[in-house]
Amino acid sequence: MGVALDGHLLARALADPASVATLDSAGWQALLTMARAELLSATLAHRLDGIAKPVAAQRFLDDAKASCAQGRLVALWEVEMARRALGDLGVPVVLLKGSAFIAAGLAAGQGRFVGDLDILVPRAELDRVEAALLGAGWEWVKPDPYDDAYYRRWMHELPPLIHRERDRMIDVHHTILPLTARPTPDADALIADSIALPNGLHMLNSDDMICHAAAHLFADGDLSGGMRNLWDIHCLVDDFGIAGLAERARRHGLASAVRRALRLSHALYDTQLPDGWARSGSDDDLYLRRLTARDGWGRQTRPITRLAFYVRSHWLRMPPLMLARHLWTKWRKQAG
Amino acid sequence: MRHVFSVAIGPVGFRVGSDWRGPVAALERLYASYPKPQDGIADFTVRLFADRPWRRFFRPKVMIGGDFVLPEAAPLSLEHGLLAAEMAMNLQMALGQRRYLLLHASAVERDGKALVMTGLSGAGKSTLAALLMTRGWRLMGDEFALLDPETGLIHAFPRLISLKNEAIAVMEAAATGGTFGPLLAETPKGAIRHLVPDTRSVAAMFEPARPALILFPTFGHEAATREVAPSEVFVRLTQASTNYVALAERGFTALTRLVAGTPARAIDYPDTESAIAQVEALWASL
Repeated sequence: MGVALDGHLLARALADPASVATLDSAGWQALLTMARAELLSATLAHRLDGIAKPVAAQRFLDDAKASCAQGRLVALWEVEMARRALGDLGVPVVLLKGSAFIAAGLAAGQGRFVGDLDILVPRAELDRVEAALLGAGWEWVKPDPYDDAYYRRWMHELPPLIHRERDRMIDVHHTILPLTARPTPDADALIADSIALPNGLHMLNSDDMICHAAAHLFADGDLSGGMRNLWDIHCLVDDFGIAGLAERARRHGLASAVRRALRLSHALYDTQLPDGWARSGSDDDLYLRRLTARDGWGRQTRPITRLAFYVRSHWLRMPPLMLARHLWTKWRKQAG
Repeated sequence: MRHVFSVAIGPVGFRVGSDWRGPVAALERLYASYPKPQDGIADFTVRLFADRPWRRFFRPKVMIGGDFVLPEAAPLSLEHGLLAAEMAMNLQMALGQRRYLLLHASAVERDGKALVMTGLSGAGKSTLAALLMTRGWRLMGDEFALLDPETGLIHAFPRLISLKNEAIAVMEAAATGGTFGPLLAETPKGAIRHLVPDTRSVAAMFEPARPALILFPTFGHEAATREVAPSEVFVRLTQASTNYVALAERGFTALTRLVAGTPARAIDYPDTESAIAQVEALWASL
């Protein structure tokens, strides 16, 4: 087939839709299965609009698109529900991630599956926001004292809330990284420089959206779902450019995370890269190995690499002693 | 994966990968007369795998995976590998199907019109459909009926007929020339034996049919037939659908159209002969 059977197959189809012309049926099968596993099937469907493809592939992608369109409607409704619950508090409410992309009609929202609703509010207003959400029908998902205390002391968000009638989760953030992580983004600036949407809610400005995506990917996670995160970044860079990005990233302490995100996005999707950001001899290859660890059956591959990044994600999230204490508590609870 | 099988069942293509030869060999035998997925591209992928490498050989346990999975699906023994494959394919439909409104129902066709039978587990919808198949009806499916929101037609999904417990002997007697799978004893659902739909049902699998009657059979009572109010039909079918909520407005529109345009009856039956007679009488009175 002449195509590497890992996530690069999907990356190439997204970056260069015309490249699918060379795929045989096994190649199509692998591409579609991978795209579904990476939650990128509807994104792929939009990218391949107007490109000749086998009837069965077209049908598969049409189904993905229709399913995503319904998901978009539900996500927008959830945004509206949050607006009604929080609109009168006089508190700025900033939509994050997928909900922001689709509410603002950005390219990154095309075909984007949206799970939970993520919002950012000022930390000083958390109590009022929490009370308003509880009053409007949201409930705690994890009524566990340790988890609850842990979230409130160390996390960048409240414990997750779920709506008792609509069964949808909301994550209420007060910043974009756990307090235990080493970089400390400027949460006040995120809110102060956010952009108002027509419905009165806000979204982060484009540089901050990229910073958030990069922070999520490299300072707070094990890179699972990374292909989708980098596609978000690719679309944001494509839409808004990178003029003020470096300076903004420095302000949030995320300069290296953002630089790495753009280098990897460039490697996968050919995203434009600021002068001087390309770097040779880096460990980017290891990151790419992790990001593309997916085979044509939709399975995760490269377990050792994945484990390494999983360990790293916890290492980054908290200092060693605290990590030991946290894992000890969690282990005892599990054993008990 | 080591062993691969693919098949088209009505308008849906499947690809099954397996760590073992056994389940794939069984599928190859039983689905021998079925076409392959269009363009060689399946809609859904199923994986039967060992969760640890030595589990391929030592006390093998078949884990069920695929595009869509339930978080806590219990593994099956290798002897039940065929059942694992069938369950996994059903699971992809239940969790992932978005083109059609999926009704947990059996369906048979005559003169281009479809009879859709649904009810609680044990109501006999699968057995009745299989019996009707031996008496001149085309089997459209024993598990799922696919309602097309665009056309209002029912599409066939004639997978292997899954006979459970008492139904096995009933169909061994009724479908004498039929092709059966191995008897799977002591599965989580009791004894199971698969029956291949007859040649005609397989050959016509791409032909949809206009729904003409919705039936709610109940086994174990004196023979009786009742009308069912559209409101009740609607609610029972929403409960019988795995993707009604996911399809949202499309699902609602498709289902209201089906209910408004299709007569519905509930029948109680003491034995299968009475049931067949009741169905034929109802069908003749349409």
